[in-house]
Amino acid sequence: MSGGANTAVLDAHGRPIPLSERGPASTWSMISFGFWLFLLSDIVIFASLFATYAVLSNATAGGPAGHDIFELKGVFIETCCLLASSFSCGLMLIAARRRQLQRFYVWAVVTWVLGAAFISLEVSEFSDLIAKGFGPSHSAFLSAFFTLVGTHGCHVSSGLLWLLVMMAQVATLGLRTTVVRRLFCFSLFWHALDLVWIGVFTIVYLGSLHV
Amino acid sequence: MNFAVPLQLGVRDVCFPVLNSVSFWLTAAGVLLVNVSLVVGEFAKTGWLAYPPLSELAYSPGVGVDYYLWSLQISGLGTLLTGINFTTTILKMRAPGMGYMRMPVFCWTALAANLLIVAAFPILTATFAMLLLDRYCGFHFFTPDLGGNPMMYINLIWCWGHPEVYILILPCFGVFSEVIATFSSKPLFGYHSMVVATMAICVLSFLVWLHHFFTMGASADVNAFFGIMTMIIAVPTGVKVFNWLFTMYGGSIRFTVPIYWALGFMVTFVLGGLTGVLLAVPPADFVLHNSLFLIAHFHNVIIGGVVFGVLAGYNYWFPKAFGFTLDETLGKAVFWCWFIGFYLAFMPLYALGIMGATRRMQHYADPSWQPYMIAAFCGAVVIFIGICLMVVQLWWSIRTREQRRDLTGDPWNGRTLEWGTASPPPAWNYAVEPHVTGIDAFWAVKTKNKELHKVAETRYEAEHQPHYETIHMPKRSATGFISAFFAVFLGFGLIWHIWWLAIIAIIGCLAVLLRQAWDMDRDQLIDGAELEDFDRRHPSLGAQR
Repeated sequence: MSGGANTAVLDAHGRPIPLSERGPASTWSMISFGFWLFLLSDIVIFASLFATYAVLSNATAGGPAGHDIFELKGVFIETCCLLASSFSCGLMLIAARRRQLQRFYVWAVVTWVLGAAFISLEVSEFSDLIAKGFGPSHSAFLSAFFTLVGTHGCHVSSGLLWLLVMMAQVATLGLRTTVVRRLFCFSLFWHALDLVWIGVFTIVYLGSLHV
Repeated sequence: MNFAVPLQLGVRDVCFPVLNSVSFWLTAAGVLLVNVSLVVGEFAKTGWLAYPPLSELAYSPGVGVDYYLWSLQISGLGTLLTGINFTTTILKMRAPGMGYMRMPVFCWTALAANLLIVAAFPILTATFAMLLLDRYCGFHFFTPDLGGNPMMYINLIWCWGHPEVYILILPCFGVFSEVIATFSSKPLFGYHSMVVATMAICVLSFLVWLHHFFTMGASADVNAFFGIMTMIIAVPTGVKVFNWLFTMYGGSIRFTVPIYWALGFMVTFVLGGLTGVLLAVPPADFVLHNSLFLIAHFHNVIIGGVVFGVLAGYNYWFPKAFGFTLDETLGKAVFWCWFIGFYLAFMPLYALGIMGATRRMQHYADPSWQPYMIAAFCGAVVIFIGICLMVVQLWWSIRTREQRRDLTGDPWNGRTLEWGTASPPPAWNYAVEPHVTGIDAFWAVKTKNKELHKVAETRYEAEHQPHYETIHMPKRSATGFISAFFAVFLGFGLIWHIWWLAIIAIIGCLAVLLRQAWDMDRDQLIDGAELEDFDRRHPSLGAQR
């Protein structure tokens, strides 16, 4: 599907034509490349938020610091849900590429449920904090924490919405090339969110232990 | 960029045409919101970059800053999507044979600018999002109390802002490269070093942001690092200037309007660059920070570089886009007004800056400044005359367009592919995909054809009858316009806290997105016969192919 990038293409004199001179790339290659660029730009947003968090993580303004409020057990379960959903997302894509409709639906639903579990755990963590009076407007540290983790949560939520749309697309349009290509982009997105979460887990949650 | 890049690459459109239209209309939506603020409410009174704490709710309680933030968020999204689209187009969609080192320099500079967009605009989005959270939800990112840090905003905004000035200037460097090579009738001197210099600027532009606020109180080491980086970025720029000079050296130069702009640019921009290197020295910057010297410097590079570049490109590609040339005499008058007016307006500002005048003064008490201020005012008047003459130039050229039609598609004896198709180009740009064998692809074809025509004209014609095939082109799509329509209401609803309107607008945007996702019939076919018919009506094209 990558357009046979490594097979030699020869010109009229039998010399190999360099990859950069073979004319426009395949649609698949263009779309996945464009989507990679989009993901990189998204990573830059997270990089800005991480940098901000790093600057403000000690700006507690007399309020609680990270190690006072984080409950690592819940966060660990969240992490497991998200990583497992990345695995099931990979299986979903394999099923889609092999045009195995049943398996596709099974893995898509598993992915969705795991993602939704992640989000509901995060929401309950947030609402606990707010109920205790440690909402985002309490200190600059809490502002940065809620924004960084919340932005990731918003991405996962929109990913869940996207996955619902993709299931509807498969149901109505079938596993045609366009739909599989979109599923491919979705899986890139989902894995990228995993990567970001590993950063969040390490820097925000595990980092809070190291005072 | 949108017009010239696909033509120069020898392709029929950008990678993602619908996305391109979405980007365009989102930018228009941002502009519309700014204009709405003139009538409904107010606009930000917080300077170019809305520094907190002034831009925080406590000090700017009105809707002005909200207009500023939301209109820039919306148009910034459009810019980001454009960056993705053009980077993909340039890297993945070039005519057969056009390897990277055969691309016109304008495409290289466009690539560098779009890479910068992809890397820098998300920082702007994130920074503005944080300021919005401060203003709307009582967060404390940049507030002076509860741990907030206004200086962090200034760091973040310039992490975007400094690459942004290179997003402006790099495509203009590309325009000048095209213009100078074309009108010197010579290949560009030092093509490789030009490419390397462009990409070096692209990378270095992320390492100089702190020079916008040396006086912030960073340590001497930090200031020294950014000062040295700022001086280093002048090196690739200098390489470019020498390349342009050597391109002209020994060429047979035709003094048309675009080359006037290019010459004016070289003189003016070097001057602006020199004062920039001066400001890069932190101790000097401590004296001149926020003075009129700084104002003169950045107008020197923005007007002398970006404005001159845009106007050179306007005169250069106008005949390609609209099929007739712009009036040369009036064009030269415009140039002289801008050129003289610029020097008259901004040279006194350098002097004033050294005399101690700061920017954004409400009034001043030192009468010795008065003559300089009057000189600067006169310069502004001369520039204004130049702007009026530009309108006259356009009006007069449209009136006399029948005499100035460009029937060959190649009014300047150009070197790159876009001059090998009709002016204005058809929707499909090229009926037959061009095959590229080197830099200055179109020039090579012309030279080869001349030789072949001498040998056996008829035989060549017979052998090279182009083969017309049915092609795919994207259908017209209203997605861009409709999504931007909803974006305007989304922005307006958010600015005025009309939540129901914002929610309806979001639903509208999603509905457009879904409709687009289920639209499986986006291509239209254009019959080979139609292409052949178009080419037959433009007989000059066949002779050049």
